[in-house]
Amino acid sequence: MKDRRLSIRTHGRTGNMEEKLLELTHVSKRFPVGKGKSIDAVKDVSFAVKSGESLGIVGESGCGKSTIARMITGLTEVSSGVISLEGKVISGLDRRRQREVYRHIQMVFQDPYSAISPRMSIGTFLEEGLVHFGIMDRKKAGKEAENLLKLVDLDPALAERLPHQLSGGQLQRVVIARAISIHPKLVILDEATSALDVSVQKQILELLVRLQKEFSLTYLFIGHDLAVVRSITKQICVMQEGRIVETLNSEFLTRDAAHPYTKQLLASVFSVRE
Amino acid sequence: MKKYIIGRILFVIPIMLVLSFFTFSLSYLSPSDPVTLKYERMGAVPDKEQVEKLKEEMGLNDPLLVQYGSWLGRVLHGDLGESYYYGTTVWQQITKRVPNTLILTAATLLLTILLAVPLGVLCAVCQNRWVDYLLRFISFFGVSMPSFWVGMLLMYAFGVKLKLLPIMGSGDLKHLILPAVTLAFWMTSIYVRRVRGSMLEEMNQDYLTGGLALGYTKAHIIWTQVLPNSLLSVITMFGMSIGSLLGGATIVETIFEWQGVGKMAVEAISIKDFPIIQGYVLWMAIIYVTINLLVDLSYQILDPRIRLGGKNA
Ligand SMILES: Nc1ncnc2c1ncn2[C@@H]1O[C@H](COP(=O)(O)OP(=O)(O)OP(=O)(O)O)[C@@H](O)[C@H]1O
Ligand SMILES: [Mg+2]
Repeated sequence: MKDRRLSIRTHGRTGNMEEKLLELTHVSKRFPVGKGKSIDAVKDVSFAVKSGESLGIVGESGCGKSTIARMITGLTEVSSGVISLEGKVISGLDRRRQREVYRHIQMVFQDPYSAISPRMSIGTFLEEGLVHFGIMDRKKAGKEAENLLKLVDLDPALAERLPHQLSGGQLQRVVIARAISIHPKLVILDEATSALDVSVQKQILELLVRLQKEFSLTYLFIGHDLAVVRSITKQICVMQEGRIVETLNSEFLTRDAAHPYTKQLLASVFSVRE
Repeated sequence: MKKYIIGRILFVIPIMLVLSFFTFSLSYLSPSDPVTLKYERMGAVPDKEQVEKLKEEMGLNDPLLVQYGSWLGRVLHGDLGESYYYGTTVWQQITKRVPNTLILTAATLLLTILLAVPLGVLCAVCQNRWVDYLLRFISFFGVSMPSFWVGMLLMYAFGVKLKLLPIMGSGDLKHLILPAVTLAFWMTSIYVRRVRGSMLEEMNQDYLTGGLALGYTKAHIIWTQVLPNSLLSVITMFGMSIGSLLGGATIVETIFEWQGVGKMAVEAISIKDFPIIQGYVLWMAIIYVTINLLVDLSYQILDPRIRLGGKNA
């Protein structure tokens, strides 16, 4: 399965490794909050993610990170601007066409316990996408669920379990496994490691890096911890109050940071760690 | 699981003993004694000596625990004594009333479930749209209007003006409609809000978003996952409501002259018919203990998170 997928991907990309997978151009979001008032959650944001790479978004709570993620997945409509996937516009689609786009974009959230219905077994959870998109029948999907568990270093026997019988770290692996089960083009990770304790966080990050290499996945990694985001992404957009104030190469973060807000973020992280 | 159920049922025994003791002491603590009361009811002036003799015979002068023991023995045989007022045994009176209360309860619950669940879901799905506002507005009234007021309005509209339904009495379907609707209006108002609230909470969970991203329709996820999960948190409250209905909706039963246990209790209290009151209190105790047990058991069955043997339970 891995090899076939890999070959398809590289074939599709031959000659143009610099192809933009996801692109946001002048995207804004305004939420009405009653009595003619409104909140500008996202203001004129533009960025692009290349296929097989990963982009980070950092910023403090409420700066609009999740809103961006929700707009990309089509859960929230854009107020203005355009979002496109592989050059095709995916913002402002009708519901039916939106659903076709969904399968190419999968999300991993902060709280894994909230990502699985409490009465659904791990196995069923992993099979859902495969079966629903007609990739395979239930029986094969059951087998595939076990492979997926192995892929994220979990015991295949966990397929029988219910979510509350797994630890947060184990469950987050399960959620990641499902996200990649249907071979999405883009995986959005919204604070995917924030709820885990530091050692587990590190393991999950390592897993993500490994999976990215193995399947040449494209990540949009959202977080508030610069050190974490830097460890998994090439480029980082720093957001403040709905705007991207600076886009930096994660390797030269400390060297290139110019915006006072970025410096402030850096100081808060690295004064302790470096 | 079996062990748990047996354990739970055994646990009920001490609870019932304590409750029955309190029930018993009700009459022990009453200002007058049954013998005197009986004489008074017959309109006779009690003769002091006669009263003493009878009290001695009935064991009313024995120590508290001895009296409790023999009382409990009788109760276990279904002998709850005789009503001062109805001229029947307490057992006869209760077995006559309970079916009526059961019917009223069942009808109310059925209406409530049929209305509150779909309307609650509708509110949640259409959050902050006009349907939601309208239903919340109505349910606000339903919760805050006293049930005798609603009952009287219904009586006036359907009984007096339209002459469609009988105003009071009990037994058949025709008589059942108005009291059941009155109670269901109140209960539905509570549960529409409750269902809406827990639906919204559940819809905030990421698995809804995750399911959408896998191409499932919102309706499908709501129907198969969100609704069952959110009803789970409504069960406890629903159990308590069933309990209070089975205890007799005193006000509604009284205004509609529905011959249930609630009406019986009101009458018994107003004329200090202690044996009946005791019977009623025991009935309530049995109801609440049973309902609690059933709610716990249903959780065990429906919610895997607290199912026994669960790792992180
Ligand atoms: N549906 C909505 N209606 C109104 N305001 C909203 C809505 N969703 C988000 N907002 C507002 O938009 C702003 C950005 O929210 P968002 O969830 O994107 O922040 P975030 O960067 O993800 O924060 P966090 O790090 O806490 O997750 C906040 O001020 C929030 O209150
Ligand atoms: Mg967020």
